[in-house]
Amino acid sequence: MMKLDPKIPPGPLETKWDRRRFSEKLVSPNNKRKIRVIVVGTGLAGASAASTLGQLGYQVECFCFQDSPRRAHSIAAQGGINAAKNYQDDGDSVGRLFYDTIKGGDFRSREANVYRLAQVSTQIIDQCVALGIPFAREYGGQLANRSFGGVQVSRTFYCRGQTGQQLLLGAYSALCWQIERGQVTMRPRTEMLDLVVVDGQARGIVVRDLVTGQMSTHTAHAVVLATGGYSNVYYLSTNASGSNVTATYRAWKQGAAFANPCFTQIHPTAIPPGDVHQAKLTLMSESLRNDGRLWVPKMARDHRPPEDIPAAERDYFLERRYPRFGNLTPRDLASRAVKAVCDEGRGVGPGGHGVYLDFADVLHQEGLDVVRERYGNLFEMYQRITGEDAYHAPMRIYPAPHYTMGGLWVDYNLMSTIPGLFVIGEANFADHGANRLGASSLMQGLADGYFILPYTIGHYLATAKFTPVGEDHQKSRAALQRATARISRLLNSKGCRTAASFHRELGQLLWNHCGMSRNEEGLKLALTSIPALREEFWRGVMVPGSGEAFNQELEYAGRVADYLEFAELLCHDALHREESCGAHFREEYQTDAGEPQRDDSRFAHVAAWEYREGASPALHKEPLLFEFVPPTTRSYQ
Amino acid sequence: MKFTLNIWRQKGPGEKGRFVTYEAGDVSSGMSFLEMLDSVNQGLIAKGEEPVAFEQDCREGICGSCSLVINGIPHGPDRGITTCQLYMRRFPDGAVIRIEPWRARAFPIIKDLVVDRRALDRVMQAGGYISVNTGGAVDGNVLLVSKDQAETAMDAASCIGCGACVAACKNASAMLFVAAKVSHLALLPQGKPERTRRVRAMLEAMDREGFGSCGNHR
Repeated sequence: MMKLDPKIPPGPLETKWDRRRFSEKLVSPNNKRKIRVIVVGTGLAGASAASTLGQLGYQVECFCFQDSPRRAHSIAAQGGINAAKNYQDDGDSVGRLFYDTIKGGDFRSREANVYRLAQVSTQIIDQCVALGIPFAREYGGQLANRSFGGVQVSRTFYCRGQTGQQLLLGAYSALCWQIERGQVTMRPRTEMLDLVVVDGQARGIVVRDLVTGQMSTHTAHAVVLATGGYSNVYYLSTNASGSNVTATYRAWKQGAAFANPCFTQIHPTAIPPGDVHQAKLTLMSESLRNDGRLWVPKMARDHRPPEDIPAAERDYFLERRYPRFGNLTPRDLASRAVKAVCDEGRGVGPGGHGVYLDFADVLHQEGLDVVRERYGNLFEMYQRITGEDAYHAPMRIYPAPHYTMGGLWVDYNLMSTIPGLFVIGEANFADHGANRLGASSLMQGLADGYFILPYTIGHYLATAKFTPVGEDHQKSRAALQRATARISRLLNSKGCRTAASFHRELGQLLWNHCGMSRNEEGLKLALTSIPALREEFWRGVMVPGSGEAFNQELEYAGRVADYLEFAELLCHDALHREESCGAHFREEYQTDAGEPQRDDSRFAHVAAWEYREGASPALHKEPLLFEFVPPTTRSYQ
Repeated sequence: MKFTLNIWRQKGPGEKGRFVTYEAGDVSSGMSFLEMLDSVNQGLIAKGEEPVAFEQDCREGICGSCSLVINGIPHGPDRGITTCQLYMRRFPDGAVIRIEPWRARAFPIIKDLVVDRRALDRVMQAGGYISVNTGGAVDGNVLLVSKDQAETAMDAASCIGCGACVAACKNASAMLFVAAKVSHLALLPQGKPERTRRVRAMLEAMDREGFGSCGNHR
């Protein structure tokens, strides 16, 4: 029977983390040298964790599927990173960042975790500056800030529209140093396919060398997963095409609980989808909403060009519905508001899948140069993709699957339900509740990797008992066998449909029934359609080439096979949660005004799902206790 | 739109490669160059043939994965963008397009259009960092950095590490890549203490990896 013990330190919120750190056992420097830790993934969380663990003296083996650790998808984050520095003296504090994040997550995250995140946020900025991150500066030489969605203070630090790139390159440079020092062994182009669990402890992983196709087992004293989110289950998303659920999903099948998989964030401002060949949706940073105004024509099916529609006939729908936050309303509400006006037939552009994001006012008030300095690279990107010039006509945007708040369940120490398996960054579920605020994912990835995991993993390593486990251990061989069998099965499938065609069909199914809004009927339909599609996949997929060579189609087909199983878990979770909260909107649970209706009496819990072979997943609940911030109706009106 | 593609096919490192001609039909002008290649590959897979291997990931010009020489120019005809940001409206209908991998001794071919760029990582490992431990950093505002200085550092730091500069250089030098990192860190006060050592270590690594010398060719 799975037990969920969040291990939250009792007592005052402000000192929980300090007290936990003090009460933890340490590993002596001599012993650290003998301890091996595996880190999978080299995004912000993985690279910062691997480099810090290397610096502490552990022997770290680090894996990524990309050709270089610097290419992890954190690199694409645009807008910025939050920190409670209060450099602007505009009323910010650790407490306020904590409150904003708890409220932004619609009271579905743990108070203790979120408070700690807000506390370490300030250290992250200092660390990044020390690493040479070229943050935007004021003329006086001090760090600059901007405001971001869902909050009323300016606490976001940024590097133009490339903050994720710069923070990742900083963590990558720290990793490079530890590789050079021999503390970290880096294995790029290597994909994790299974987890080795011995005596209930995570002790290694099975990987495939993507160049030679060779399968191997790597063992260690602990395993850290930093493998990102699963938005690509929707086929079209803002994620990189390689981003996938395989590592966390395979860990789930070995006993790690998966928490809140239905909390998937649909970002309001992506470039609208085009034709069927489209392979990804491109995000336009949320920072654009600082100056851009969203609107649609008041009249349905109004096909006049935007400049011919007078102000009185425009509906600035976010400003109308949420006057206090206006265009900076949080992502979940903004996305649904966009969907609502499009559903009314007031969408613009091809198929009516779009709304205007208009910069005319700021261009008029502050001039072209100011707008170009703030958003130049985004306007260029928009022009390249659409062929349109947003300096002269409004952009068109539409929501797109973006970030996943759900992930493997972890306790306060970031350890999953499998002892020795730690999960950090987007791959875990812990800090964002049912909706993540802008500029918070970079903050969480680096908080976990630089400042939290390196402490908590030490306590585990100092206190757990370890038996020797090598690649010839029976459990290692069994894991290798599982992964190899799955690959053979893919290669032996004698169909004629490509993996992409199945992926597209699955994505469409999920988008329709488990996307921005969900209902019981649709979810039940999805739960019968997904297994059928999965069976068809195994009968009908075509994977050319061999397993003993560089084979991109084989890699992809393996990931699609996992999406086809994981999608079912996502729908189970969405069906169980009979309330609307954050990004999860169940049509049955809304107010007369169409606002989400949360149900704290029945659903103030984390839904953690346990894998059961040949049966539906089992639900375990971790109650969410709010000792410091009583849940209120989340209002931005 | 329709295109004729001459694509470099090579089974593996050390194997003999050759150009193979493919027809890409039913292409729309709004498709990206990589989506056009996707659709060619979908056709090949459905026929049971091996698709053309090429590298890509973020498809928004920031990860540095994509790496194609298109009609002799790394990342294709437009300046300042990567292959993934190139759209088919840029080519006339019926055009013949030649597609090759990065070609440099330091970037051995893995398969078709995919090359091994780990040499760039090793150059970074030689010195492309500030040796600072996690924890104990001073407040971010202690050292002031003028706006101009920070902007110039950011210009250099924007390098995506794709390797196109190496592919474009006659000598296959990685000088632009190295210079970008050296400038980024040397322009900031935090990077100054190690700047001399950094330059030497990175240049030595560049030579060791088999990148050519810089001839200052313009």
